[in-house]
Amino acid sequence: MGLVRKLAIVAATVGGLFAFNQAFEFGVGDFQINPYYARIINLVGINITLAVSLNLINGLAGQFSIGHAGFMAVGGYAATYLTVFHGEALARLVGGTVMSGAGSVVVMVLSLTVGALSAAVAGLAVGIPSLRLKGDYLAIVTLGFSEIIRVVILNIPAVGGATGFTAALPITNFFWIFGVALLTITIVRNITNSTFGRALGAVRCDEIAAEAMGVNTTRHKVQAFVISAGLAGMAGGLSGQLFANPLSPQNLNFVKSIEVIVMIVVGGIGSITGAVLGATTLTILPEALRTVDQQFPGLRMVLYALLLILFMIFRPQGLLGRKELTDLFRR
Amino acid sequence: MTEQSPSGLLCTRKVTKRFGGLTAVKDLTLEVPRGTLYGLIGPNGAGKTTVFNLLTGVYQPTAGEIHFDGRRVDGRPPYEIANRGIGRTFQNIRLFADMTVLENVMTAQHLRTGQWLVDAVVGSARHHREEREERERAIELLRIFKLDAVADEPATSLPYGSQRRLEIARALATTPKLLLLDEPAAGMNPLEARELMDLIQSIRNRFALTIVLVEHNMKVVMGICETVQVIDHGESIAIGTPVDVQRNAQVIEAYLGVG
Repeated sequence: MGLVRKLAIVAATVGGLFAFNQAFEFGVGDFQINPYYARIINLVGINITLAVSLNLINGLAGQFSIGHAGFMAVGGYAATYLTVFHGEALARLVGGTVMSGAGSVVVMVLSLTVGALSAAVAGLAVGIPSLRLKGDYLAIVTLGFSEIIRVVILNIPAVGGATGFTAALPITNFFWIFGVALLTITIVRNITNSTFGRALGAVRCDEIAAEAMGVNTTRHKVQAFVISAGLAGMAGGLSGQLFANPLSPQNLNFVKSIEVIVMIVVGGIGSITGAVLGATTLTILPEALRTVDQQFPGLRMVLYALLLILFMIFRPQGLLGRKELTDLFRR
Repeated sequence: MTEQSPSGLLCTRKVTKRFGGLTAVKDLTLEVPRGTLYGLIGPNGAGKTTVFNLLTGVYQPTAGEIHFDGRRVDGRPPYEIANRGIGRTFQNIRLFADMTVLENVMTAQHLRTGQWLVDAVVGSARHHREEREERERAIELLRIFKLDAVADEPATSLPYGSQRRLEIARALATTPKLLLLDEPAAGMNPLEARELMDLIQSIRNRFALTIVLVEHNMKVVMGICETVQVIDHGESIAIGTPVDVQRNAQVIEAYLGVG
């Protein structure tokens, strides 16, 4: 694919996202999207980023990590901190404000970058010691690390402590959320179809054989972990700066990590398309079940759990297994 | 270090491996000259596979030294030893089960490709070109093993004999100087074993390989190996041409017991 064509695709995507974003915020003609639906759509986008990034480590490399919420927290808090405490100054550099125009673009890009980088560094710090472990041991260690991160944040008053980071400015919108989701999908897909991705697949299938074929398994796992954590950090930065959706330690505990794991398991572990489907389904489903709650309070989560159990009994490989949407277009 | 190491491509000096109280390999010294087909035989439990695991870094020797291509390799991790040029197959086939035949081979090319992760992430033109080249190289290799027709099949769907051949193809994809084959003829019928012998001969010549073979099928060992070393209870008991070894009283005793 030529560079020109690639730039054209990027430009068209950005344009398309921007047009959707305008429609989202200001409506088309008389039609204005219900803010409740708009919010669910935004959450779907953020969860797609989370699920697809986790799929890199849990699905492709086959390393069972349950610390995704921890990386989301590191990235989210770092990004939000930058916007809250330095956003105004940064926006002034380009002659704007945090909330509009060029200023908001600069602040958003910088805050997401800082979020991604700090989460990636956290991923490196967690990955190097823990990725020598396998299976349940790795799961426990990643869980422990993410709880440590949560407790540390809980004790930093500058970012709101237990109340959550309520000082956050709502600069996240449809454009950024789905821009990052598309970026994440592209990155993970490109990695999957590369020699690096195949090496990760080898690690998943058989570590001894992978090493015998010259794959430095620990290094590959750490690299995958760092990329996955960085992408989760961006999702955190988006989530924390979404209107009325402040980051708080109790929302970033291991239940959040499990939620993301459930998304990729339901979608079909190892499949990017599956992760997208899983994230979409499991974001919408609990909301859709709210209508039940109006008649039978409390039944919603019972039904949700029941549906998951039935799903796992009748379709244990997930919606797609390891298949991708693109498989349909191959001969 | 280099000037001291002996002339062979692979040499071990008094290598010992103990697992707790069990000595699996004891003071094993072997010297494999460049370009030879070297057979390593011995009764069940003699320590042959342990020797392979020592040579490839899966196990670290308790004592002794291993030299490969003029450098000491004991204590190095398996991926680094693969990098230096030792490829291997496994006694109990270890193909990448979720992958296709082609992907198995392409994965093994991994360490010889200079692909950059960044290139892959941004999907650069260079990345796409390299991917294409690798695919072509892999298919070429599969053609030698008559596996090109099943390139897109799942590796584990192949019949047993083909899986064994695929393992050899995969090991070759790492472009080794030394190939270690752990019972390549296991589970093959006489015809398949015969074809395997021809295949091993031909790849040795084609890729200028040195091959060390662990095998129970004596027809295969005696038919293609130039030198045979016999080990029993982890110790070397005989070494020589196939004919010499077959006549060796100690070898007969090890295999058949004392009459």
